Amino acid sequence: MISRRDFLQASVAASAIYGASGVGNWARLAAQQALTQEDLLSFNKTGNVTIIHITDIHAQLKPVYFREPEVNLGVGDATGLPPHVTGKDFVDMFGLTPGSPEAYALTYTDFSALAKGYGKMGGMDRCATVIKAIRADRPDALLLDGGDTWQGSYTAQMTKGQDMVNVMNLLKPEAMTFHWEFTLGSDRVREILADVSYDGLGQNIFDKEWEEPSEDFKAYEFYESGGVKIAVIGQAFPYMPIANPGWMFPEYAFGIRDRHMQKMVDEVLAMGAELVVCLSHNGFDVDRAMASKVTGIDVILTAHTHDALPEPVLVGDTMLIASGSNGKFITRLDLDVQNGRIMGFAHKLIPIFSDVIEPDAEMATLIDEQRAPFEAELSEVLGTTDSELYRRGNFNGTWDDLICDALISERDADIALSPGFRWGPSLIAGDDITREDLFNCTGMNYPNTYRSEMTGETIKLILEDVADNLFNPDPYYQQGGDMVRVGGMGYHIDVSKPQGERLTEMTMLKTGEKIEADKTYIVAGWASVAEGGAPGEPIWDVVENYIKKQGTIKLDPNNSVVVTGV
Amino acid sequence: MKFTRRDTLAMGAGAAVATFMPMQAFADANDEAVMAFTGDADIMDEGVELTAPEIAENGNTVPISVSAPGAVSILILATGNPAPRVIEFSFGPLAGAQSASTRCRLAGTQDIVALAKMADGSIKRATSIVKVTIGGCGG
Repeated sequence: MISRRDFLQASVAASAIYGASGVGNWARLAAQQALTQEDLLSFNKTGNVTIIHITDIHAQLKPVYFREPEVNLGVGDATGLPPHVTGKDFVDMFGLTPGSPEAYALTYTDFSALAKGYGKMGGMDRCATVIKAIRADRPDALLLDGGDTWQGSYTAQMTKGQDMVNVMNLLKPEAMTFHWEFTLGSDRVREILADVSYDGLGQNIFDKEWEEPSEDFKAYEFYESGGVKIAVIGQAFPYMPIANPGWMFPEYAFGIRDRHMQKMVDEVLAMGAELVVCLSHNGFDVDRAMASKVTGIDVILTAHTHDALPEPVLVGDTMLIASGSNGKFITRLDLDVQNGRIMGFAHKLIPIFSDVIEPDAEMATLIDEQRAPFEAELSEVLGTTDSELYRRGNFNGTWDDLICDALISERDADIALSPGFRWGPSLIAGDDITREDLFNCTGMNYPNTYRSEMTGETIKLILEDVADNLFNPDPYYQQGGDMVRVGGMGYHIDVSKPQGERLTEMTMLKTGEKIEADKTYIVAGWASVAEGGAPGEPIWDVVENYIKKQGTIKLDPNNSVVVTGV
Repeated sequence: MKFTRRDTLAMGAGAAVATFMPMQAFADANDEAVMAFTGDADIMDEGVELTAPEIAENGNTVPISVSAPGAVSILILATGNPAPRVIEFSFGPLAGAQSASTRCRLAGTQDIVALAKMADGSIKRATSIVKVTIGGCGG
């Protein structure tokens, strides 16, 4: 978290600091119970450069509920640091008022109750209003999209991301970088990029065969705002072929490649860049580590881990910005750049309260057009939920509990595994579950289910492997997802232990029996990254059948994972 | 998650090799390889740039590149493999640069070590840990 002292040390003029972050303003507005669009957009225009950052939209065209994580553990040097702060700790750290709009937007506490009061957030038509307003204030503001834009909804699934491409074409960003985009297949990614006006950037997208920078993606591009020459360097998700099916984009290799990043920074500086911005999909902790190794980056626009932080985090002279996900927030960052140095800044994480911000008519019409052919399928009610349904959190979320219950029931399994994705908005108790809601949590291109036999030893091997991708103390060895969700089995996890020693007490929940290493269990799951995917029906069919049979979903609190070593 | 039975078993087998092969045998094989290359010279952890992925995209073919200005030869060891010697590059006096790339197969998560012998017989070293993972579940 940034402090006034940090900035003085970094010789940034203190006069431009706006409240610390603009959060102070939210709190006051909350006290007055008078949240207006004007208030949400009010900004202390500063300097000569404006950057607008939006990321991890996951194809959410319409406003959604999105419950922020209850458990978001930091390990190693990141312990206790933002973004690994949740609930009341978050409220205290940033001086928010419990129950206020900003506490609702940024934390999980009392989520369903506050959601009824403050309503849904996001919607690309509201985002368009905010972006237009910022551009009216600063016409040459740069709009940068951090990726995970073209995947995550029914309409994106049916149109291979075209609905989001059409929306982004109207928003006219300067550049984007990538993650889930590549699960549409590399041909589709190239096809879309050939047809859009903005740049697809990634200094770490390499030709797999030759181990050289790919000719299909630029590493960086120069833009101008307020007469300042700005270099934007792209950083795609580093672990694409590991976390997602590599066979969908076989020509490319990724990786963090921080030495190559340094080379790119040196190159753009030699070419006269006065401001160096990294448009990253590394994930927050990887960006924090990269910022300590690579010198010369002024701003890293973070993504992937879906963190929303109301203040920049400073690492050395590099400012890290975290703009949330699902269209819930847009960051406006104003910079005063003089002679290649940031002399002042103003920052605001703008919450997109959908009931407060007026939809942009042009965008609303475009969104309606994207959805019209699918309206009947989208709106079909599959059941209702008596429980809050959410996904985000390190170990389990109720959406995944539902998915695991469906897998065990529909595929007659002992144990279910569901991937630890961070995308997928929430529903509040009493809501209908529509097909659109289901696809918001399952819509992706390797959805098929499997049912196979695994020994206890194999199950432990998988869980230990995934746990190390989350809790390795070195962020460069983390992939940024959450822990694989497990149904039918409980376990204890000591996150401070090395790989192979974290999991103990693996227990079948229905019998209370310990999982035995050499015994075979029936395991059902989905989202296999193996070539060709899994043989079973897509996960959305499995869950739809289950919800329809149940009618009303009611989930008991899930206490099956016991966490220690925090 | 990637866990076709075949893949998971293959991963399990790799892990089993690492677990059950006596650690002493690994240490001996590495020590022998290092001694044969360095002789009695002291080793300095500088002057070698070793580039390897933090997490291997495919443990069967991991790209590794090394650069050590002034080296006459560079040895790469995969310290966790049953046979740790990966390759030894030799550079003649007319070599324009002392850098090279290769790919290797890794039995599991392990340290990759690059040793560079200088013209004066001194030895320089760089080490990088490469994780081999089942993968899946990201994002």
